[in-house]
Amino acid sequence: MVAPVTTAAGGGRQASPRRKGNDRGPSSGSVLAWLVVVPFLAYVGTFLVYPTALVLAGAFQDADGAFTLANLAALTRGAYLQAFLRSVQLSAITALLGAVLGALLSWGVAVGKPDGLVRRVVVAGAGVLAQFGGVPLAFAFLATVGFQGFVTRFLRDSFGVDLFATGAWLFELPGLTLVYTFFQIPLMVIVFLPALDGLRPQWREAVDGLGGSAWTYWRHVGGPILLPAFLGAVLLLFANAFSAYATAAALVSQGSPIVPLQIRGFLTGEVLLGQENLGKALGLGMVVVVAVAMGLYAVLQRRFARWQR
Amino acid sequence: MAAVTRSRSVARTVILLVLGAFFLLPLVAMAEFTTRGAGGTRSLASWAAIADDPDLVEAILVSVQLAVTSSVLVLVLLVPTMTWIRLRLPGLRRLVEFLCLLPVAIPAIVLVVGMAPLYAWVNYFLGDSPLTLTFAYAVLVLPFAYRAIDAGLSAIDLKTLAEAARGLGASWGTVLLRVVAPNIRTALIGASLLSVALVLGEFTIASLLNFDTLQVRVNLLGKRDAGVSIAVSLLTLLFAFALLFLLSFIGGRRRDTAVGGG
Repeated sequence: MVAPVTTAAGGGRQASPRRKGNDRGPSSGSVLAWLVVVPFLAYVGTFLVYPTALVLAGAFQDADGAFTLANLAALTRGAYLQAFLRSVQLSAITALLGAVLGALLSWGVAVGKPDGLVRRVVVAGAGVLAQFGGVPLAFAFLATVGFQGFVTRFLRDSFGVDLFATGAWLFELPGLTLVYTFFQIPLMVIVFLPALDGLRPQWREAVDGLGGSAWTYWRHVGGPILLPAFLGAVLLLFANAFSAYATAAALVSQGSPIVPLQIRGFLTGEVLLGQENLGKALGLGMVVVVAVAMGLYAVLQRRFARWQR
Repeated sequence: MAAVTRSRSVARTVILLVLGAFFLLPLVAMAEFTTRGAGGTRSLASWAAIADDPDLVEAILVSVQLAVTSSVLVLVLLVPTMTWIRLRLPGLRRLVEFLCLLPVAIPAIVLVVGMAPLYAWVNYFLGDSPLTLTFAYAVLVLPFAYRAIDAGLSAIDLKTLAEAARGLGASWGTVLLRVVAPNIRTALIGASLLSVALVLGEFTIASLLNFDTLQVRVNLLGKRDAGVSIAVSLLTLLFAFALLFLLSFIGGRRRDTAVGGG
C-alpha cells in the first residue's frame, strides 16, 4: 500500500497544460496539487497501513521470514481454536442481548422530546459507555459485583446469598458477558436511534387512520423498514465485542480465554521462541472476522438508506 | 388514540426505569465503594489518595497532553487534505475515505502487534517519551474526526467560499485558516472533543507499548488498592460524560443555524 503513495505523488502523467497567467493555485493535474496530500498519505502509510501490512504478512511467515501456512494451521487447533470459539460466542450473545435491549431503550428515547433532557443524557451517557469505557467499566463492575462489591455485600448481609458460590465467575466468561452487555446496549442506542428517528410519523398515522393497531404497524410497516438497520447493528455490535480488549484485560489477569487476551500473551512474551508470528496469525484471524461483519453491515446500511431519503 | 398514547408512555417509563437502574447501579456502587471507611464508616480517603500519588498525577498529565497533541495532529492532517480533495482532487476522495475509516475494521489489539516493531524505530529516533503515542492515537481517532469534518465540509459551499477568497487575493493558507476553519468550527470542536474523550480512555495501545498513561496507571493501581482505581474510573467516566453532554448542545446549535441559513 505504500506504492500508491509514490504513484499518487508522481501523477504528472495526467498533467494538463497550464493555463497562461493562472494565479489560482496549482490545477488538479499538477505535481504541486498532489503535494498537499502527501503528508496525510505518508502519515497514514506509516502508522496505519504499514503496521497492518506487517501483521497480515507476518501471519504467513515463519521465524526466519520464509513463507509458511503453519501459523494459520495452528489457529484451527487446540487452545487457539477454543479462544476463537469463545470470542465468537461472547460476541454473538452480547450482540444479541445488546441489540434487543438497546433497541428498546432507543425506542424509549425516540418517542420522547427530540431536544429533551432524557434524550441528551441517554445519548451522552451511551457515547461514554460505548466508546470510552474500557478499563473504568471493569472497575465499575468490581465495585458492584466484585468480591467486596456493593451488590455482593448487600446480598450477603441482607439475604445470605453468596454471589460467588459457583466460583469466580466475574473474572471468567460469564463476567465478561455481563460487562460487555453493559457497553453493547449503549452502542446499539448510538447506531439505532438515527434509524428510529427516520421513521416518519405519517406512516404511523396512516396505519392508525386505516384502523390498524400498534401490532399491525410494527408487523407490516415499522418492523420491515427497520429490519436491515437492526441486523446491521447486530453485526456492528458483534464486531465491537470481538475487537474489544481493555475491559477484558483489566478484568481477566489469569489465563487467556478469548483471542485478544491470547494476543496479549504474545506481546508480553509468554510464548515459546520461534512462535512470535502465531500472534500475527491470530491478528489476521480477528481482522477477517471483523472485516466480514463490517462488510455485511455496510451492505445492510445501504439497503436501509433507501428509506431515509 | 388516548389508550394507545397511554400504553406507549407506560411502556416507555418502564423501559427507561429498568435500563436506567441497570446503568446507574454500577455508578452508585462505585460511589459507595470509594467512600468506605474502616468499620462501616464513610471516608474520602480513596479520593484524597488520588492527589497524593505522584505517579498517578504524572500519568493524568501525560494523558491530558496526549489528548491535546492527538487532536491537534489529526485536525492538522485532515482539514487541509479533505478541503483540498474537495476542491482539486475529487478522484482521491474514495481512497482517503477508505484510509480514514480503515481503523474501524482493524481492532486496536491487532494494530498494536504491528506497531510494536514500528515503535522501536520511533523511540530510537524521537526518544521514549509517552508523547510519541500521539502518532498511534491520531490513527485511532481518524474515523471519528473524518466523519465530523466530512459532515462539516458538506454543510458549507466550500467551492464558492474558496473561490471568493482566492479572487480577493487570499493565499491558500488564509483560505484554510480564516475562511474554511471558522465556517466548520462546530465540526472541528466536535472532532476535538471526541478525540479528547477517546484518548483519555485509551488503554490497549499504551499498555502494550509500555507507556504510563492514565488508564494504564489506573489498571496497575487496581491490583494494589481498588478504592483509588475505582475513584479515578468514576472520575474519568463523569468527565467523558460532561464532554459528550457539552457536545450534544454544540450539535444542536449547528442544526439550528443550518435551518436558519437554509
